Amino acid sequence: MATTHREYIWEIPVRITHWINAISIVVLSVTGFYIGSPFWDSPNSDSVLPMALMRFIHFVAAYAFTASVLFRIYWMFVGNKYARWNQFIPLSTERIVNFIQCALFYGFMRKEIPHSPGHTAIAGVSYSIIFLIFLYEIASGFALLYVANGGGAIYNIGGGWLLRIMDLGTIRMLHHVFMWVIWIFVIIHVYISWHNDIIERNGLMSSIFSGYKFFGKHH
Amino acid sequence: MSEESIYESLLRKGVSRRDFLKFCSTSAMILGLSSSTVPKIAEALEKKERPSVVWLHFSECTGDSESVLRASKPSIAQVILDIVSLEYHETIMAPSGHAAEKSLKDIITKKKGKYIAVYEGAVPTADGGVYCFIGGHKAIDICKEVGSGAMANIAVGNCACFGGIPAANPNPTKCVGIKDILGGTVVNLAGCPMNAENFTAVVVHFVTFGTLPALDKHGRPLFAYGKCIHNNCERRPHFDQGQFVRQWGDMGHRLGWCLYEMGCKGPMAYQNCPTIRWNEGTSWPVQAGHPCIACASPNNWDDAYPFYKRMEGVPGVGWQANADKVGLGIAAATAAAVAAHGIIRAATRGKGPSDKEEGH
Repeated sequence: MATTHREYIWEIPVRITHWINAISIVVLSVTGFYIGSPFWDSPNSDSVLPMALMRFIHFVAAYAFTASVLFRIYWMFVGNKYARWNQFIPLSTERIVNFIQCALFYGFMRKEIPHSPGHTAIAGVSYSIIFLIFLYEIASGFALLYVANGGGAIYNIGGGWLLRIMDLGTIRMLHHVFMWVIWIFVIIHVYISWHNDIIERNGLMSSIFSGYKFFGKHH
Repeated sequence: MSEESIYESLLRKGVSRRDFLKFCSTSAMILGLSSSTVPKIAEALEKKERPSVVWLHFSECTGDSESVLRASKPSIAQVILDIVSLEYHETIMAPSGHAAEKSLKDIITKKKGKYIAVYEGAVPTADGGVYCFIGGHKAIDICKEVGSGAMANIAVGNCACFGGIPAANPNPTKCVGIKDILGGTVVNLAGCPMNAENFTAVVVHFVTFGTLPALDKHGRPLFAYGKCIHNNCERRPHFDQGQFVRQWGDMGHRLGWCLYEMGCKGPMAYQNCPTIRWNEGTSWPVQAGHPCIACASPNNWDDAYPFYKRMEGVPGVGWQANADKVGLGIAAATAAAVAAHGIIRAATRGKGPSDKEEGH
């Protein structure tokens, strides 16, 4: 391992938004479960207001999540080359080749993951899709708030407009469906990160804390 | 009859001055007006003649007429009926057949621009509107003819407002609400049925001020449809406290807990049921232990369905499985697949490419 060097990949905003997203997704899912179907009968006491509390936490976490997602999208245009939008949408020949090589690797038709200091092209595409899902979760959340509050300019901009193209029942149903898609993503995301960390020995798992990855000299 | 003022008509029916003023106060209260407007309302009802009303029925069940007519105490029923001069109402008018047809023709020609048109029921538009005929005329034609000469158009009940049950999916007769036929300003007194007190309040407002009350984006008067039922519900504290009815007749149901888990659509519904209630303030669905079905919302038969579940089913999976059951299943399958892959990789490590790479 003496021949390795370390490279700064993930800037601070990338790491912070990643962890705000991760924590808020956990908080939003737990509180969202309670709001969607209250799983706990509370004591007969007016000093405990679990639904009010769960809703409050859900909304606070939702605003943190919204700010984090929007900031990360902004950072796609001002961050370093690993944070850029073109890492998420493969348009260059290099990224398309990377995508095909990744697909071959994940399809058991190639021994090694193509060298990709930042995201692999397949990972980038999966994050583009997950960000679209994030945006739907945010918009549908605001649409539900818009209905519950009978209007409101911020709720309208945030997602009230969805009500003009979809009915409320479908909006709510997809709000739940996409939460599950996010969790399926989380399972695969964490597993592949861990798996590739072991295969490549590049410190992938620690890189989302430190920002650094390690590469052998031959790369 | 309509030369008589509203007050005179009420006196003739044996309503006391005291009851009359009570009615004026109640109307001001429902409309959300201050008490200083009560004398103004009283003066208007004393002096102005009763507005002529033509009440039309299209694709509907006459539930709104029932709502108006079946008030439990006769005095209020009289008030509601007597503040207007009901010139044409298919269910309760005396003439029938050609005489009835003639009376409608007479009103819309002689009182052109001076009558209020009230519509009950949706208008079918498929195949040129042949699915609803009254006296040999299509509903769509009657609606246009009466509506064009009315000084105010009021749609009562969800069918007349938004299409209601006749317009529910798949809507074979392409039923629509009155506003979709007439355009312009139509007051939508939504509900299934509409609350008679709100109808009276609209008429009182019109008689007193000469204008229609302020409307929301669905054409519903803000005084009656401006607030979310959930936010005014007497069971709301149980919602915040996390106390829910889980089954019909369980302890929570008997104690009057929140009906959220039983599919209550109060959080998406707008009407003044919790404050005005029904049948002279006797009760309303949630007070009686039944979840709200958002009957005053556009397309509630599709949007608020299923009525007794929190969430609709996932298309293609079946109505029993909601998004959470499906999602949990797929997530569990994914976790199992990932675990299996991990175990296989660990077991085959000695032969895997990762081990070889360790060499350099």
